[in-house]
Amino acid sequence: MVLKVFFPTCCASADSGLLVGRWVPGQSSAVILAVVHFPFIPIQVKELLAQVQKASQVPVAVLGTWCHRQQEPQESLGNFLEGLGTIFSHDPWLQLCRERGTRLWSCKATYPQMSNPLDMHPEEQVMLIFYDQRKLLLSWLHPPPVLPACQMGDTTASTGGLADIFDTVARSEVLFQNDQFDERPVRLSHWQSEGVEASILVELAKRASGPVCLLLASLLSLISAASACRLWKLWPLSFIRSKLSTCEQLHYRLKHLSFIFSTEKAQNPMQLMRKANMLVSVLLDVALGLLLLSWLHSNNRIGQLANALVPVADRVAEELQHLLQWLMGAPAGLKMNRALDQVLGRFFLYHIHLWISYIHLMSPFIEHILWHVGLSACLGLTVALSIFSDIIALLTFHIYCFYVYGARLYCLKIYGLSSLWRLFRGKKWNVLRQRVDSCSYDLDQLFIGTLLFTILVFLLPTTALYYLVFTLLRLLVITVQGLIHLLVDLINSLPLYSLGLRLCRPYRLADKPPVL
Amino acid sequence: MEDEKSFSDICGGRLALRRRYYSPYCREFGLSSARLSLCSLTAVTCAVWLAAYGLFTLCENSMVLSATIFITILGLLGYLHFVKIDQETLLIIDSLGIQMTSSYASGKESTTFIEMDKVKDIIINEAIYMQKVIYYLCILLKEPGKPHEISQVVPVFQSAKPRLDCLIEVYRSCQEVLAHQKATATSL
Repeated sequence: MVLKVFFPTCCASADSGLLVGRWVPGQSSAVILAVVHFPFIPIQVKELLAQVQKASQVPVAVLGTWCHRQQEPQESLGNFLEGLGTIFSHDPWLQLCRERGTRLWSCKATYPQMSNPLDMHPEEQVMLIFYDQRKLLLSWLHPPPVLPACQMGDTTASTGGLADIFDTVARSEVLFQNDQFDERPVRLSHWQSEGVEASILVELAKRASGPVCLLLASLLSLISAASACRLWKLWPLSFIRSKLSTCEQLHYRLKHLSFIFSTEKAQNPMQLMRKANMLVSVLLDVALGLLLLSWLHSNNRIGQLANALVPVADRVAEELQHLLQWLMGAPAGLKMNRALDQVLGRFFLYHIHLWISYIHLMSPFIEHILWHVGLSACLGLTVALSIFSDIIALLTFHIYCFYVYGARLYCLKIYGLSSLWRLFRGKKWNVLRQRVDSCSYDLDQLFIGTLLFTILVFLLPTTALYYLVFTLLRLLVITVQGLIHLLVDLINSLPLYSLGLRLCRPYRLADKPPVL
Repeated sequence: MEDEKSFSDICGGRLALRRRYYSPYCREFGLSSARLSLCSLTAVTCAVWLAAYGLFTLCENSMVLSATIFITILGLLGYLHFVKIDQETLLIIDSLGIQMTSSYASGKESTTFIEMDKVKDIIINEAIYMQKVIYYLCILLKEPGKPHEISQVVPVFQSAKPRLDCLIEVYRSCQEVLAHQKATATSL
């Protein structure tokens, strides 16, 4: 196999020295991590490498020499570099050389330790591959799943292929912590040797996140303990709680917040991204909610809304009344049963009248209620939208009631019809055996049954029509509520952090390496 | 060693295949298709403007013309940046992998790299494409744990669509490299 040498681009302009890195025998490749400059003491270099090996579990070693020289080759340097090969023994020993100012490189690999080098590795080619250390370190590769047949002592999980190279560089981060401004006995050159790269804001945030998380986590645990107490499980409250979408949304948000501010660190990049996504969605939510709040409370919009609400409710009631009058006449040319029509129509009209008086009763308080409810928008746009959806549900409660009445009536009629149809044919539903059996009825049973059946059949169009109309109305209201809930779910679950990362730093979202 | 030959694609357009041999087992094949022709660009722009002018005479609103300007410019930019591929390159390096690059007319380049461990073979396959039967070159991938199963098929030169004679040249070259790679892999 061709011998591959992975060389960092930042070391291409470094001064002469020793190459330090890791040799991967399975793929016959050497990953160069840094260059050690003259002057150095070999014992200290070996100590540093042992320290790094202990801290990062990466078997770093001295792999060869790097020579960055002027046009004329210097004899003394050449001999010196040859001598180094005897102090730091490694198989193979690499000798990379570059002439300053030109693009001429020379790479040589020798096997000083082997007894018969020419037999095993005749005329080997060296392939030099440049890699950007910063980008490699900053790309997050998802760690491979642990194989069940893995040995317990096998700490360096070999993933195979280029994933191994990524892994080596990522795990040797401790080698890159020193820069040229530290007073150390050994001088290294790597991507951070000009100065360790860090951001003040990020470091401050890291220090501050500990106590802040602790405080917020304790607060949130108090709130969730209060909301989980037994009082809420009593019948009326639990029923109301399950029906109102606001409570559900608040509960959901509470769970999110306690996940974000939990005091344990994220185990792997996936959990970290999940936390970050949730945090960004909560922040966006609150920002949009505050925008809505400022828009609502300016220009006396709340007053305008409250003033417009009662006429709108009146208008809806009037339209419903017109609809019922139309149904009580001859709707679409269908001939309805006059008596049943009048009864149902008057029943529903009375309901509407009750509803309108209720709205008129509430009208002085509406503005105050709206104002206080509008304040809840500072908890987030999703909460405001859930409250809006609940208000719609409350305001159209009479449509819901009509739908329930119509559906019950229709349901009863259909049951009656099916049972009497069986009687008409001389059959009966056997409850014990859950099937239809024949049955001999008495004459008076048959007579009354047939009579009732005829009555129900002729009353069917009326009831069916009422049922159809009110079901369509209810569907309309449900569609509007459904759209609002869809919007709320969208805001809750859109992974904005991952989207932003894909746009700005795509190398952080790397794919999994293949499973062995 | 570098040479260039001209071939044709399945619709009859001109293609130029440029082969470079950097080392005995590191080879690159670049297929360049014809650039955006002035005739087709003029024809499309004229058609769009005729339609826009007809709409303008119907509804007497000058916004139609401004909208057409925007649509034409954005459409052209989008076409050059996302659709029109000028050159496709296949770089095969023994013991490292295969890299495919597509460069768009706006200068954007998108690369895909496949490690040598995952490459099972490179073959020429047939496909039924509308009313034609065409040949295409594809790379068969395998999972390292299951060397006898094919996990994925990756077609190359998808937008250039060269004919069989061009594909045979590339295929023979790649098979030499793959044979050498298999020989050295098994000997180790």
